[in-house]
Amino acid sequence: MLRSIQWIVDESEKTGKLFWEVVLEDDTEERQVSRHESMAQMLTIWSAMQEAADSYTGTRRSVSGLVGGDGLKMRQYNLRGKNLAGDYVGEVIAEALSMAESNACMRRIVAAPTAGACGVLPAVLLPLYYREELSQQQVLEALYVASGIGAVIAHRASIAGASGGCQAEIGTASAMAAGALVALRGGNARAIAHAVSITLKNLMGLVCDPVAGLVEVPCVKRNVIGAMNAVSAADMALAGIESRIGVDEVVDAMGEVGRRMPMELRETALGGLAATPTGQAVKARMAQGKAADMLEKQ
Amino acid sequence: MDIFDILGPIMVGPSSSHTAGAARIGQMARALLGSQPVKARIHLHGSFAETGAGHGTDRALVGGLLGMKPDDLRIPFAFDEAEKVGLDYEIDTVELRDAHPNTALLEVWDGSGKQLQMQAASLGGGRIVVTQLDGIAVNFTGSYNTLLIRNQDEYGAVAAVTGQLSRMRINVANMSLCRHKRGGDALMVIETDQHLRPLQVDTLRRISGILSVTYYDKEEEENASFDTVDR
Ligand code: SF4
Repeated sequence: MLRSIQWIVDESEKTGKLFWEVVLEDDTEERQVSRHESMAQMLTIWSAMQEAADSYTGTRRSVSGLVGGDGLKMRQYNLRGKNLAGDYVGEVIAEALSMAESNACMRRIVAAPTAGACGVLPAVLLPLYYREELSQQQVLEALYVASGIGAVIAHRASIAGASGGCQAEIGTASAMAAGALVALRGGNARAIAHAVSITLKNLMGLVCDPVAGLVEVPCVKRNVIGAMNAVSAADMALAGIESRIGVDEVVDAMGEVGRRMPMELRETALGGLAATPTGQAVKARMAQGKAADMLEKQ
Repeated sequence: MDIFDILGPIMVGPSSSHTAGAARIGQMARALLGSQPVKARIHLHGSFAETGAGHGTDRALVGGLLGMKPDDLRIPFAFDEAEKVGLDYEIDTVELRDAHPNTALLEVWDGSGKQLQMQAASLGGGRIVVTQLDGIAVNFTGSYNTLLIRNQDEYGAVAAVTGQLSRMRINVANMSLCRHKRGGDALMVIETDQHLRPLQVDTLRRISGILSVTYYDKEEEENASFDTVDR
C-alpha cells in the first residue's frame, strides 16, 4: 500500500524505475492483478474521461439551475483570440469548467479523486493530449502518477471535503494533476514530489462551503483554480524550483489543517459562501421543493 | 484505498455518495427482490432527505430500482423511465434512529405482490452497506457475491449450507447469522469469492430447513479491451 510519496521517490531512485512504475507495481501486488489487467482498467478510466469531455454541450443546467454553460462561454471567449491566459491555459480553464459542470448537471464523469473535483485532472491532460498528440501510453503513465499521489494523500490526510475541507478535495486533485504534468514532461520522481508539495501548500486552508450543500457553487470554478495551480506548480518543479518542506510533511500538515477546520466549513453548508445571504436564499428555495427542473431532454 | 478508488468510480454526477451510492442502493433492492418492482416507497433520511433533490438522489434511487448502474446516462431521466415501465413510486423523508446520514429505507413490491424492505447507507465513493432487511439487522456491501439464506433456526442448517458450498468449491469470504429470536426464522448472509451458477443456487434451495435463497451476483468490471501496450 502506498503510504508515502517520499518512499516512491526513494524507490524510484534506488531501482531506476519511474514513479508511475512504482505505483503500477504496488497496484498489481495490492489487488493481485496482472500489469495487463491493471493497465486495462486505467485505459477504461482514460476513455471515460475523454467521453465525458466529448459529451459536454453547454446546454444543460443543474437541477438547482445554479450552474451550466460557463465552459461553453469560456471556449467562445478563447476563440476570439484575445484571452490573457494563452492557448493551453485557456483550454485548461474551459475544460475544468466544462467537466465540473457536466458533473453538476448529471452527466457521466470520472471521480478524480471525487466527483466534485472531477474537472481538475482531465482539464490539464486533455488539451495537452490533443495539442501535442501524446501517445495513449504516455497518458496512462501520467494517470498512474496521479493516482499514486492521490492514494498517499487519502491514506495520510483526506480526500473528502466533509473531513478535510476543499483543500483535501480540489487540493488533492490539483496535486495529482501537477504530478501527472511533470511526469508527462519527463520530470523525475523528485520533481514530481516537489510539484505535489507546491500545489498542496498553495491551496492549504481552502474550506468546503457548497451553497445549499450542492456540488455547484463554488465547486465548478474551484476546479479551475485546482487546474491552474497544477500548471504553475508543474512548471516551477520542471524549472528546478524546490519546495522547502518535504512532501509527506506537507501532506500531513494539510491533514492537520483539515482536522482543525470547524465543522461549519466542512461540507455542512453552514459557513463560508453557503452562509451568505444569497447562499441562504438558494437553500430556502431548494427546501421549498422548487428545484428548477432544468435538465434538458437529450 | 486502492488507486481505482482514487480514479473512479465512473459515474453520473454530481455526488459519489448522494448519486452513485443511491443508484447502487436502488439496484441492490431490485436484485434482492429478484425482479422488476412495480411499486416502491422510498424514505430518505439525514443528508439524503436534506439535499437529496439537488443531488439527484431521488432520481438515482428510482434509476437503480429500474436496473440502472451508477454510470447509466438515463439516471437524470429516471422518473420518465419509471412512468414508461409502470413503476409506481413515492418518495418522502423519514427520521431513523442511529442511522448513517446518507441512508434510505426502501419498501418495494413486485408484480406478484412479493414485498421487500431494505435499509441501506451510502458511505462515499459509491460504496454502500445494507443495514437492514425485512426488519433484520444485517451488514453487507455487495462488493462480494452474496447469498441471503432464510432458514428455520434449527440445529444443522448452517453446517448443511457451508458443507454444500465447500463441496461446490465456493470459498466463503464472510458469513454472518442474524435472527429475530431463538427458534424462529434466521437469515444467513454469506459473501463468496466465486460466482454461483443458477443450478448451484437451486441446490442450496433444496436443503431441508431452508425457506428461501436470494443470490446477489457482483457485477464484473467491464474494462476497455487492451492488448496493444504491455511492457
Ligand atoms: S467546496 Fe466542498 S463540495 Fe465543493 S468542490 Fe470543494 S470540497 Fe467539494
